[in-house]
Amino acid sequence: MSEETKALESMIGEEYKYGFTTDVEYEDFPKGLNEEIIKELSQRKEEPEWMLEFRLKSYRAWKEMEEPEWFNATYKKPDFENLLYYSAPKKRPTLDSLDEVDPNIRETYEKLGIPLEEQKMLAGVAVDAVFDSVSIFTSFKEKLAEAGVIFCSMSEAIKEHPELVKKYIGSVVPARDNFYAALNSAVFSDGSFCYIPKNTKCPMELSTYFRINNMESGQFERTLIVAEEGASVSYLEGCTAPMYDENQLHAAVVELVALDRADIKYSTIQNWYSGDEEGKGGIYNFVTKRGICKGAHSKISWTQLETGSAVTLKYPSVILQGDHSIGEFYSVAVTTKKQQADTGTKMIHLGKNTRSTIISKGISAGESNNSYRGEVKIGKKATGSKNYSVCDSMLIGQTCGAHTFPYISSENASSSVEHEATTSRVGEEQIFYLMQRGISEQDAISMIINGFVKDVLKELPLEFAVEANKLLDIKLEGSVG
Amino acid sequence: MLEIKNLHAVVEGEELEILKGVNLTVNKGEIHAIMGPNGSGKSTLSKVVSGHPEYEVTEGSILFEGEDITEMDADERAHLGLFLAFQYPVEVPGITNKTLLREAYNTIARANEREELDPLEFEDYLVSKLDVIEMKDEFLNRSINTGFSGGEKKKNEIFQMAVLNPRLSFLDETDSGLDIDALKIVSDGVNKIANQDNAIVMITHYQRLLNYIKPDFVHVMMNGKIVKSGDISLAEELEANGYDQMQKELA
Repeated sequence: MSEETKALESMIGEEYKYGFTTDVEYEDFPKGLNEEIIKELSQRKEEPEWMLEFRLKSYRAWKEMEEPEWFNATYKKPDFENLLYYSAPKKRPTLDSLDEVDPNIRETYEKLGIPLEEQKMLAGVAVDAVFDSVSIFTSFKEKLAEAGVIFCSMSEAIKEHPELVKKYIGSVVPARDNFYAALNSAVFSDGSFCYIPKNTKCPMELSTYFRINNMESGQFERTLIVAEEGASVSYLEGCTAPMYDENQLHAAVVELVALDRADIKYSTIQNWYSGDEEGKGGIYNFVTKRGICKGAHSKISWTQLETGSAVTLKYPSVILQGDHSIGEFYSVAVTTKKQQADTGTKMIHLGKNTRSTIISKGISAGESNNSYRGEVKIGKKATGSKNYSVCDSMLIGQTCGAHTFPYISSENASSSVEHEATTSRVGEEQIFYLMQRGISEQDAISMIINGFVKDVLKELPLEFAVEANKLLDIKLEGSVG
Repeated sequence: MLEIKNLHAVVEGEELEILKGVNLTVNKGEIHAIMGPNGSGKSTLSKVVSGHPEYEVTEGSILFEGEDITEMDADERAHLGLFLAFQYPVEVPGITNKTLLREAYNTIARANEREELDPLEFEDYLVSKLDVIEMKDEFLNRSINTGFSGGEKKKNEIFQMAVLNPRLSFLDETDSGLDIDALKIVSDGVNKIANQDNAIVMITHYQRLLNYIKPDFVHVMMNGKIVKSGDISLAEELEANGYDQMQKELA
């Protein structure tokens, strides 16, 4: 191994900064999963009857399903009988008073760089903070309400806006969609809900910050975003977790609904704990994310920066039902150490003249395995539709893997699908070239990586692009700022 | 300016010597040409001098302005004013030429305690150098060498040389892959950059480059060594008789 590769390897795997735990008292809840547990969960959350029915139906469906194994990753399957399906800090805050939030939890968010006090927050960003199973606090609610925007925890939405939740929940990702979606539908504990009324541009960025603290709990959050005709919103989620030797399960479902001319931009910065050098511990990130462009001329755009988790299985997708609708997927997936990621997207074209763009950048280092899996399907009626896909992989060192699995099908002749894929190694030649021009080794690596992911990171909301760059640098380049 | 003494080098981790005792002295204001057949070690010499990590110096030394740079990293050598125009310029997608050059220029300025240029000043400076190589300004905003033709890559190397204004430049087969018009533009550029305070070492197979850039010294490299040195007439002799003939004479 040359000096360059050694330096690269040593720079990778900077210690995880968010691995601390918060000492809080939890409400007791039995482990394991059965109908009684679900009833208890629903009861504690004071849910209406229809919600309990939804959960039980999902649970029965889940019981009959097989855990999937088709992806390019191997891991010890979660023990579903030994999981905590509900874990809430004992001191429940009333949702509109920050003073009642457990000071330890407030401090946790401070440490994570997510202060909950509105005056300290990023200007123009409203935050919903989810701690283990429950939403702790949602900021800027009143300001959003003035514009008619509803932004609250899912639990609250079920109580306060049942007609909206009932109409849309499970409409994009049905409970039977897949094993983990069914599980989530049965036991989801909280998450964010947002509703943008007709012809309204959401006045600020919305964001949810997910934190898993309890060692034995799974996190099953559920997010639902509905943009009415002519509405637009930009939403961002961030995730971290403490370092535990045991794997923890995170199985979320996100549903997006865009009506005529609506525009939803959903960005993710995922930095769950990824396990240690030996591959011990870390989060299983098994997430179903799907949006539907229901109306004509609507648009849904997914942007993700995936750097954490021991195992990631995630395919944010768009169903392009409305004519002239647009689906986009911009992804940077970084794997180091023994991380495994199998991620990509699905673009299902149903409406006429629909367009989709996929730009996926995978960076693998260490002994990690990084796969892109993407499906582009153009239906019979989706005449004049177009897809453009680019999947680039970059390898750092000799012991990692990168794979691309594209599935493409088109059922009409007037549509076109274009797929490009490249694999490159962060070459010693590239590093030497830049160093020969006077640039230090670390800056050279940083430049090469930033150049590689630029097309994706420019899609992130401005407030987070800087954060994203920092995270990449920490993840891949140690002290390089 | 540059003094190479009995330089031996191998590919890191391997035994086979590629450079087998090179001696070369270059003074400021001079232009040297190193010629030689394929596999003679010419390109390796330029990489070893500029600090390519793939090679390991096993014996001898490289002095630059009296300072021993044999063990220095490539970026430190660049800070001292050493430049290599690559035989195969490397593509770096997503980073523009302009960004690279501003980073490079300012990093070198910092290392030499000279004033850095802010983006606006640098833009003016950069544009002022475009003429050297008849470069269109759109090149500044393109990703480094990405999608460039062979000729454009070579021109870009000389443009970078003009911007960074090095004291000593190695041009590694800058003429290969250039058509006659491009060769003329590139050569004119090099001639504009060459002055009494800097020095240039050209590495080439062919004499035709020497018709455009007149060297003060010509060296012939064979089997990892400089076997003969002289003036331009040496290149003419090579062109007429070939390397084989010279090898026989030397043997």
